[in-house]
Amino acid sequence: MAHTAKQKDYFPYLLLVPATLVMLAIVAYPLFETFRLSFTNTSMSPKFEYVGLENYEKIMSRQFPQVIARTFYWMSLSVGLKMLIGTLGAVLLNAMVPGRALFRVLVMPPWVIPIAIGVFIWGWMYNGQFGMISGVAQRIGILSGPFEFLAYKNSAFMATIVTDVWIGVPMVTLYLLASMQSISRDLYEAAWVDGASRFYRFRRITLPLIVPSIATMALLSAIATFNSFDIIWILTEGGPRGATTTMIIDTYKTAISRFKYGEGAARTVMIVLFLGSFTFVYFILLSRLARRSPNNAA
Amino acid sequence: MLHKYRWYEYVLIYFGLAVFLTFVLAPFVEAFVVSLRPLSSLFSIPYRFITDEMTFDAYFTMWENVPLLWMYMFNSFFIASVVTVLGLMCIIPAAYAFARFQFPARNSLLGVFIAVNMFSGAVLIIPLFKLMQQYGLLNTYFAMIAPGTAFVIPTGIWLLRSYLVRIPKELEEAAWVDGAGRIYTLWRVIIPVALPGIVVVTITAFITAYAQQFIYALTFNSVNELNPLPVGLFQFFGRQTVVWNELMAASLVGILPVLFVYVFLQRYIVAGLTAGAVKE
Repeated sequence: MAHTAKQKDYFPYLLLVPATLVMLAIVAYPLFETFRLSFTNTSMSPKFEYVGLENYEKIMSRQFPQVIARTFYWMSLSVGLKMLIGTLGAVLLNAMVPGRALFRVLVMPPWVIPIAIGVFIWGWMYNGQFGMISGVAQRIGILSGPFEFLAYKNSAFMATIVTDVWIGVPMVTLYLLASMQSISRDLYEAAWVDGASRFYRFRRITLPLIVPSIATMALLSAIATFNSFDIIWILTEGGPRGATTTMIIDTYKTAISRFKYGEGAARTVMIVLFLGSFTFVYFILLSRLARRSPNNAA
Repeated sequence: MLHKYRWYEYVLIYFGLAVFLTFVLAPFVEAFVVSLRPLSSLFSIPYRFITDEMTFDAYFTMWENVPLLWMYMFNSFFIASVVTVLGLMCIIPAAYAFARFQFPARNSLLGVFIAVNMFSGAVLIIPLFKLMQQYGLLNTYFAMIAPGTAFVIPTGIWLLRSYLVRIPKELEEAAWVDGAGRIYTLWRVIIPVALPGIVVVTITAFITAYAQQFIYALTFNSVNELNPLPVGLFQFFGRQTVVWNELMAASLVGILPVLFVYVFLQRYIVAGLTAGAVKE
């Protein structure tokens, strides 16, 4: 606005005050506190001492590197599956068949309900004696007897991933579907006139045009998966024998269950470093996409 | 025709859709069937999807065995609503500032807000816990509302900013010429015009606040009367002998109202998702 640019104007800053205050109190200050705590041996008692890098040395010498590796493994499998299933789902929902409006609504529930409620249901489904998955697998002969999915290391690991994928897929699907629908019909019609087959049109028109959306979603999904807490905590609490302990779960156990705030804070600092690098990549991606199409940054 | 499929393509598409939707919906169907089965037939081998003597008993007995169910549902709804309202009070002015005004460091400031999206409550749980403890805020609604609010703001700002940018500046200039103050202009001119965008932001914020209350309530609250639905039911989940049929019945009844509402708001939900994919 012409009249606002002339003199020094405090109005925009005024508008930012509420949001900034909340961010300072709930995000910035706690973040600073975490950093400070990570150099202390803070525990339940109000007394604490600065211990330098001791917490970091401690976590590096123990099984923490393994926890980091597991977190990334868990995350990559989960995000990979979400992208794969989500893309397939979007392609199917994009097909011009009767009933598609209904199918699109039916995809939403896992995403909009409280995460924990969805996980309760999966907790029952993984039940070895009476649950659906074990039951059906025995019926069709994949399993010869009851199998308690959450009691063994590998199956518990996979079970938490499947549940995470189930919760994440609707959002990926609907996002990619919207992205497919924003592709101009003219492109398809031109290709059709030229005699391009349906598969060819998908590979040469749809896929290249939704790759930016897939990349955006994959990155956002990676951040969300890295932060994932509810699913693992409810299903396994990080067990059996640590098989599903990701960085977030490990931090929570250390700090909240065992009251070792200092050691927990050091773990959090590591998490923040990883998340920071993801976000850095995300911003690069966003600015690249913004340069390509100025009207639609994300 | 472009969208004419051959018969085998129809078969393929519907088959694919059936598999896909089975994955998405099977847990809900299973939860519903479980809620209809008496415990005795629930714990029977071999597994049967449908059993004899299906009954709605669990839907009546659960109110006795989960006496605070109403309370949990109310708390969930209440916490998510307050988070949404507080969030909007921060989001609307901030988004307006980013959309309309030139000021130094505007883009980097917006970047900082967006970057907050990389955190979840889980990352900041330790200092937040200590802070709440220090100020005696544990076991209050506030402890569950405040962190939730912070994490709906970044996405909200991003979404609403992109909506506000598209509103013609002439509107404000006309109001200015008529002698309207700037706060008045925001309140009486911009907000009414931006209402569709605000609706999208509201719904997006509510979904986030409603779906992600678990960790705050689990960590910051130990008063059962204040628990939202997920943590309220989690206590029953954690028990040695889980009364599965009642747990499933309570879960379904708990999520039904929002699920019902979401079906009608579907269009806005997808709009919010696609306009502002800054957070899952």
